[in-house]
Amino acid sequence: MQNKLMMKLVVGSEAIFFIALIISYLFFWRTGHFQREVAEHLNIKLTGIFTLFLLSSSFTFWMAERSYKNQKDRSMKIWLLTTIVLGLVFLAGQGHEYYTLLQENLTISKSEFGSSFYTLTGFHGLHVFIGLIILTILLILAMRGIFRRNTSTVISTIGIYWHFVDAVWVVVFTVIYILPYIL
Amino acid sequence: MIEQSENNATVQDPYQPWSGRILQCLSSVDHKEIGIMYLIMALLFFAVGGTEALLMRTQLAIADNHFLGPEAYNQIFTMHGVTMIFFVAMPALFGLMVYIIPLMIGANDMAFPRLNAFSFWITFFGGQLLYFSFAAGGAPNAGWFNYAPLNETFYSHSNGINYYCMGLLLAGIGSVTTAVNIVVTILTMRVEGMTLRRLPLFVWMSLVNSFLVLAALPSLNAALSMLLLDRLLDAHFFRTAAGGSALLWQHLFWVFGHPEVYIVILPAFGIYSEVFQVFSQKKIFGYAFIAASTVAIALLAFGVWVHHMFAVGLGNTITGFFAASSMLIGIPTGVKIFSWLATMYGGRIKLTVSMLFAVAFLIEFTIGGLSGIAFSIVPIDLQLTDTYFVVAHMHYVFVGGTVFGIFAALFYWFPKMSGRMLDETLGKWFFWLFVIGFNLTFFLQHFLGLMGMARRVYTYPEIPYYTILNMLSSAGAYIMGIATLLLLYNVYRSLKKGKIAGNDPWNAFTLEWYTASPPNEKNFDDVPLVSSRRALWDFKNPDNRDED
Repeated sequence: MQNKLMMKLVVGSEAIFFIALIISYLFFWRTGHFQREVAEHLNIKLTGIFTLFLLSSSFTFWMAERSYKNQKDRSMKIWLLTTIVLGLVFLAGQGHEYYTLLQENLTISKSEFGSSFYTLTGFHGLHVFIGLIILTILLILAMRGIFRRNTSTVISTIGIYWHFVDAVWVVVFTVIYILPYIL
Repeated sequence: MIEQSENNATVQDPYQPWSGRILQCLSSVDHKEIGIMYLIMALLFFAVGGTEALLMRTQLAIADNHFLGPEAYNQIFTMHGVTMIFFVAMPALFGLMVYIIPLMIGANDMAFPRLNAFSFWITFFGGQLLYFSFAAGGAPNAGWFNYAPLNETFYSHSNGINYYCMGLLLAGIGSVTTAVNIVVTILTMRVEGMTLRRLPLFVWMSLVNSFLVLAALPSLNAALSMLLLDRLLDAHFFRTAAGGSALLWQHLFWVFGHPEVYIVILPAFGIYSEVFQVFSQKKIFGYAFIAASTVAIALLAFGVWVHHMFAVGLGNTITGFFAASSMLIGIPTGVKIFSWLATMYGGRIKLTVSMLFAVAFLIEFTIGGLSGIAFSIVPIDLQLTDTYFVVAHMHYVFVGGTVFGIFAALFYWFPKMSGRMLDETLGKWFFWLFVIGFNLTFFLQHFLGLMGMARRVYTYPEIPYYTILNMLSSAGAYIMGIATLLLLYNVYRSLKKGKIAGNDPWNAFTLEWYTASPPNEKNFDDVPLVSSRRALWDFKNPDNRDED
């Protein structure tokens, strides 16, 4: 109860942090060249595929939580591990994307698009990274048999954070990758 | 009861060496020790920020002075503002909240004691990092709201603003985690019978305030991160020459900055609500109105930020909207002022130092409120923006509101925290010196502002009345300085040989006065049944219990 309330408040506060970053991104959109730069630099299909990995990690975490409630220790560990792997794949995808963009000489100091793009996606990536650290700790604790009984709220608490990170990405992906094609 | 508090091994063990006691404090997760560490931190930074104020007033005492050069002056007024807001007002209020809230709701600690310690230390080190900038080539020098593009490397070469960003980011994380901790504590750890409608008003205000912190600080954190990226990695956010926007900084800053000024006043409102009741020996008037108007203030806080930016020229529609919303703030605040007046009306008023500060607050804060309403009228704002009228206005609300509240709280809760009373005679000297000094310093600045004296300029030429008014203003600042030394002496002396307080020296109404002074490591062994808003009153007057 206390843990979950705490995490909900943290997530609410974090949501406002991302809203501030997203508004800043949209604020610079008015300079007019965002559409061109997005079309020129960003690979919506590839990032879309990596997005699917992140979204499915929400599903696998949900499965892990379900196994935990049904006291299926082994399957919980497997689902947790899958979640971590999916998150890692997403981060690798982001790394690959950054690498390609830097090859194309789009840096954070190149333009307002560069600044806002790297800041917004970078802070999201940082949150995924922090989530992966937490999940790894969770997995280690599970390996040590801390979660034998299904009374702990730790897993569902971390779930709130992990699903939040996913939800943020849905918004960020929509704003950065999809919106230029609609507007 | 007195014996009990003196034999309190965890707090006052005479055989424990002082180094051991300090180590115990540093590693403590007890909400009372953390609360006191917050207060000590605030006191240290108050001394530093106050010294900076005195340096400024010394520089401004006479025309064409060269005691401080422009570079030093810019750094000092910036550091004064940042210090007083982020490392005095906020830690002092957080310290009081962290100390008092669990006691008021009958809990034995905060919901997350270790998170509590984390919040304190990260705030503390944020402050250290900010001050390290003096050693690292120069303090931040673009004012506490640090406008773009002045905050960019092109205009501010030293590392100061980088330290500003990092120091405030750390303190910001500390504030958010404390706020989370306070909300969870209040919502989940109340003693049986204490419904939300029976919460003491200080707790109510702290609850609302914590939501303000949660919603406001992220905007500052985002802006600071972006500024740091600008300065360290050449991003373009606020660099106007490279296509960035100075306006974006102003919006992000004031979306945080306006709620921030309520963040430092709402807990003080909570303190006054307790003090007025106890020293009028009367139940608060309009409990529901005070609580509801707090929520109204918190919501309005996010709809008024552009009144800091009228001079930017955003167009009549926008400024008109924000002028109207800013005037609305006067309504819930007025509701509170009248509730407090009505609480005093017909009560048995005892003018202790705590109560004196509360009464003085009513007057000073109303003056600050009226000059605030004046600023919401756009033509007046355009005329007076960036003059000493602004300085006068904000000090009337910050000092007359927040700092007086902290002093009222100090005199009110010192007996609970230390087991001894703060000396009332010395306290009254302190009160009168401080209040006279304060009004001398800042009331005159209204006139300086109306005459057009610009703030944040290190000196001024010989203009009729400028020198005499500035000289008097500086004299007032020194009187406040002397008063503060008197307060420090009072605290020192009262800790050594103040009158023993006992559990309930003020005949108060809330649960923190039920337990020992200072409370044991475990706050309560038992808690009286809560069936109204004044649990302790009911306990002391079983035949005359409150209805609600």
